[in-house]
Amino acid sequence: MSDLTGPAPVPALGGAAFDGYVRIAEAPQGAMFTLRGDLSSAALKTAATKLAAVDMPEQGRVALNGERALAWMSPDELLLLAPWAEHASVVAQLDAALDDPALNWVDVSQARARFAISGPDGLVREVAAKLAPVDFSPSAFTPGSFRRSRIGQVAGAFWCPGPGRIEVVCFRSVAEYVFTLLRDAARPGSEVRLYA
Amino acid sequence: MLLLDCPCCGVRGEETEFHCGGEAHITREGPASDDAAFEHYMFERVNPRGVHFERWRHVAGCGKWFHAARDTVTLEIWGTYPAQTTRPPEEVLETIRAARPGFKWRDIA
Amino acid sequence: MSSRLARGGRLIDRGATRTFTFNGRAMKGLEGDTLASALLANDQVMMGRSFKYHRPRGVVASGAEEPNALMGIGTDGHFEPNQRATTQELFDGLTAESQNHWPSLEFDVGAVNAKLSRFFPAGFYYKTFLWPRSFWEKVYEPIVRQAAGLGKAPKDRDADTYEHLYAFADVLVIGGGVAGLTAAVEAGRSGAKVLVLEQTGHWGGRAPVDGGEIGGVGAQAHVDALVAELESLPNVTLRLRCMGAGVYDHGYVLGYERLTDHLSDKSGPRHRLWRIRAAQVITATGAIERPLSFAGNDIPGVMLASAVRDYLVNYGVAPGDRVAVVTNNDDAYRTAFAMKEAGLDVAVILDAREAGGGALAIAAREAGIRVEPGRAVAKVLGSKRVTGVEICAQAGSGSVIETIPCDVVAMSGGWSPVVHLWSHCGGKLVWDTERAMFRPDADRAPTGHDGKGFVRCAGTANGALLLSETLQDAAAQGAAAARAAGFEATASGLPEVDEVAEIPPAAVWLMPAGASYDKRAKTWLDFQNDVKVSDIQLAAQEGYESVEHAKRYTTLGMATDQGKLSNINGLAVLSDALNEAIPQVGTTTFRPPYTPISMGAIAGQGRGETFQPLRRTPIHAWHEAHGVQWEPVGHWRRPYAFPKAGESTHDAVNREITTVREKVGLLDASTLGKLIVKGPDAGRFLDMLYTNMMSTLKPGRCRYGLMCNENGFLIDDGVVARIDENTFLCHTTTGGADTIHAHMEEWLQTEWWDMKVHVANVTEQYGQIGVVGPMARQLLEVLGTPEISKEELPFMAWADRTVGGIPCRIYRISFSGELSYELSVPAGQALALWEALMEAGHGLGVAPYGTEALHVLRAEKGFIMIGDETDGTVTPQDLNMHWAISKKKEDYLGKRGQMRSHLSSPDRWKLVGLLTEDGTVLEDGAYILDAGENDRGQRNMQGRITSTYYSPTLCRGIAMALLKHGPERMGETVQVTKLGAGPVLAKVVDPVFYDKDGEKQDV
Repeated sequence: MSDLTGPAPVPALGGAAFDGYVRIAEAPQGAMFTLRGDLSSAALKTAATKLAAVDMPEQGRVALNGERALAWMSPDELLLLAPWAEHASVVAQLDAALDDPALNWVDVSQARARFAISGPDGLVREVAAKLAPVDFSPSAFTPGSFRRSRIGQVAGAFWCPGPGRIEVVCFRSVAEYVFTLLRDAARPGSEVRLYA
Repeated sequence: MLLLDCPCCGVRGEETEFHCGGEAHITREGPASDDAAFEHYMFERVNPRGVHFERWRHVAGCGKWFHAARDTVTLEIWGTYPAQTTRPPEEVLETIRAARPGFKWRDIA
Repeated sequence: MSSRLARGGRLIDRGATRTFTFNGRAMKGLEGDTLASALLANDQVMMGRSFKYHRPRGVVASGAEEPNALMGIGTDGHFEPNQRATTQELFDGLTAESQNHWPSLEFDVGAVNAKLSRFFPAGFYYKTFLWPRSFWEKVYEPIVRQAAGLGKAPKDRDADTYEHLYAFADVLVIGGGVAGLTAAVEAGRSGAKVLVLEQTGHWGGRAPVDGGEIGGVGAQAHVDALVAELESLPNVTLRLRCMGAGVYDHGYVLGYERLTDHLSDKSGPRHRLWRIRAAQVITATGAIERPLSFAGNDIPGVMLASAVRDYLVNYGVAPGDRVAVVTNNDDAYRTAFAMKEAGLDVAVILDAREAGGGALAIAAREAGIRVEPGRAVAKVLGSKRVTGVEICAQAGSGSVIETIPCDVVAMSGGWSPVVHLWSHCGGKLVWDTERAMFRPDADRAPTGHDGKGFVRCAGTANGALLLSETLQDAAAQGAAAARAAGFEATASGLPEVDEVAEIPPAAVWLMPAGASYDKRAKTWLDFQNDVKVSDIQLAAQEGYESVEHAKRYTTLGMATDQGKLSNINGLAVLSDALNEAIPQVGTTTFRPPYTPISMGAIAGQGRGETFQPLRRTPIHAWHEAHGVQWEPVGHWRRPYAFPKAGESTHDAVNREITTVREKVGLLDASTLGKLIVKGPDAGRFLDMLYTNMMSTLKPGRCRYGLMCNENGFLIDDGVVARIDENTFLCHTTTGGADTIHAHMEEWLQTEWWDMKVHVANVTEQYGQIGVVGPMARQLLEVLGTPEISKEELPFMAWADRTVGGIPCRIYRISFSGELSYELSVPAGQALALWEALMEAGHGLGVAPYGTEALHVLRAEKGFIMIGDETDGTVTPQDLNMHWAISKKKEDYLGKRGQMRSHLSSPDRWKLVGLLTEDGTVLEDGAYILDAGENDRGQRNMQGRITSTYYSPTLCRGIAMALLKHGPERMGETVQVTKLGAGPVLAKVVDPVFYDKDGEKQDV
């Protein structure tokens, strides 16, 4: 049903936000696609890099270009992000470009919830570090880092678009759980100041 | 809590990101197998004190299955490798031989 | 009496008074005090009563090892029992209460136990409560419960918050004393990422108290310089009030940070649990002084020599006016000097060593202090407070030579390195005979993921006793840890240390050496659990020779202090009783945490709203606004029913069922798993996964399928829709979405990796709404949905249609037996579609229905439910579903398993329907009786109920059951169990109770 479009969808929490010692905000609806197949295949690489307008990301990395991004998810999986306005056009282009049955894609735009943690860089990192068993120090988690892990008790992915910002994506059904975790971690008075 | 290197996505993650799937390199027995072969496939697992080849999945991560060669006593990990193989890779076996002289696993020594 | 001195106290601020209460009495202390030092300053020497004999107890120590001064701290939601007064920093408004006494600390009824102590020997509980068996519940257990435990459990919900933090370090240093700081500086200079944890609120550990000059300055100035350097290094993080709680596999370490325990202001998280991964760990945890074993060593006023010194130097508090020092080593002489320095009396120094002490002893004599070598305490005098000591020769049996009045006894039995963290993950120890201590064996360190050691001990924790030794070892360990973590480091030159030489201690495990039984029965080893020398000796005599057995038999070291003071003395007594060397007896196991940590810290964010994830469908908010009763299904919340005002749940369910049978109902089916299986080999792959054939399904059509595991047992079911040549959409049960996705990935990745198939879990991409009932088509037509007639969209087909302007994929599948359209819609539009359907269906009498109605509807139709009709031991054949098992396929998962004799036996219990003769509803989980009894005298059974409901459609109870030879027994009457009553008679019938030919769904 990836070929279905319709009225603008409502994000899981309707754009929830919390201003703590860093800001937690649900991202507006975007287009998001899982691309599967041999990552060295020319058709897959060309389609993915063209639609995201970036170069192929390396293992553990995300290539970013404004609202567009391409993330390395696993040895046979990419995640493609684009503005919602381009959803229908990306669907059509993926359909056309990936005609080899060994190359697959699915629309996961509405299966996910996305949050941004933003504020002073060190504080943003420590809020993420309260919830995931990942080294978020500036030397380990650099701009362009992409890490799938868990957040609290659910699956989540983190990436760093640049200083002072970490993006989090999780499944839609647990959006409120993840938002609550992030909100509580960002409550004033719980600063760690682990990263100066 | 173990640290595991996922050979599929390069992440060194803590055990809570992974799920253990028991002994590795088990051969599936289908409808043509006799009762003894099927019993061996379904139920008979080694429980060694020492070198163990086992299956892990990077559940909260890239989602891939891989194998780990681990000492069940010291918890030392000699190597991890993708699951699409029927035999541990030679370099992992070399590492084990160096660490545990005289080690034997099935027909490999 | 104990009191605040007019001067001194390096940690207190005399200008900042703090008010607190102890057992309801208001007291004053100073900023920088611990609760223990403030109580001593108020002449409150007695701080609790012991666990077993309720003996009066005072503070013994000044740190984490304290066994006696345990308090309930705080009130209401901030109350916590069993907190050590020695580590509780004082703040304004602190409330503390002592424990384990009734009615009061001063007068306690339970103290009668002490008079009866000869009736409470080691192993008392084991010996006494064995019989008669019937006494357990009514007599013994209430008594034990009344007597057991120290503090009271909190009554209120914990008002504080807690959190976790994941941290990573190249070198983690546990302990912020002079050794830890020295090691950290060496590691920090190499560029390694260093994290330093100190459990107290200040840096420097014992060095500033015990003196010595380092590089021409005092210990405090040296500590300040080290801290200043560490603070200037960007790669070093320093944390106070953060205890290294445990060291675990592969460099995992727990740090326990106490954020508000020392503050009046309790806002913000109370504790933070640091979940640290470190390449290298240095434990610079110092040492704990051992008590000496002499009669009356538990009387309030008997303290560790180092603790007496700490109260004087750190807090300007005199634990008493006149001290008797008793020791087996040189270090304790420092306590005598500290007393003198404070202008107090030193009655005597009793040095158990025949030849006496070294340079410090000479200095003591020169200072006019009476020093008695070869002497011991025969007995301490006093009950609630020390009044004096009787002295004797250490060598004899304790004939009293002299009685010396004093109000404090400062004892020192030598020092035990804190090897807990080293030992948690398997580090081994060696017995150092000269120093009379267990210290870490560097050759047998805990090993990490690479098989190499990852923990090293530094300074006193490594067995160093002199300051110079400590610094040298710490610097070397710091550099070595940095190198092991991959950095270049060489220990830099060390500053000159000016210190007094010491001579070795003597091993003194009992005082006097030949103490009589009378004395040994008053000589305490474990203060908190009331274990005496005589108890250990009795255990040995009764055959508890293993140190682990003796521990459990006597409860030595099993209290909240985990034997920090008692274990070494206890095992020395045991080894003596067994006539074996101490290393042969060995230690008990050191287990984390080092000191108790709060349950809140362990839970972290996982409590309250975030105790566990709660999964919500895109229509969740609508349900909540419309009076839903929720049912937890896995982590999901699904509507159970939607009772109207004044309507019972049962009536609501019946109304919902009738609505679906007669009009049209809406079901939120969003939780059903949706897996896209895509690729050239998708059909072949699904043929292996399902028991029936999926590769022959035509695009545009749906087929119900069953999945088994390799054992042959049913694990999931659902409708598969073929989207195109290469693409299938597999519906799973609500609980099956993640497990079946994982199941598919497992087989694809680990067995059939040649297959070109990808699986994607799109469960949450779509909301799914069941439009169910005879008026379902009419409802969709109200919203202008085109081409949904029987011909255009037949039963078991799917098609894309626009419903009320919202594009949907519609599946003509039915789990109720009614005309049914399942509308799949992207999640962000699901709520809009639901609301449109509710509005459009108003005139048709549409109503939402929940899972209970769903269950009854499917049971009326005889449809199985995974988890009801199946329990992990049921095959499709047991459920008469041979039609869903392909005969043509050579193989599928479970086929071989189902060929086993037990699974193919004709005697298996098989699915039938049951109708009670009286129309009542059978009980869930009831059994069907058979004739006779088994060999244990239990009634034989021949089947069990799997689903049972009241059917409003049939106006009677209906049930599904598994019954031996069931399908062959139609019309037979069977007996079904009922709790508290005789069996119920029921007739065996076809499990399809309603619309047997399926005419209503295919219209």
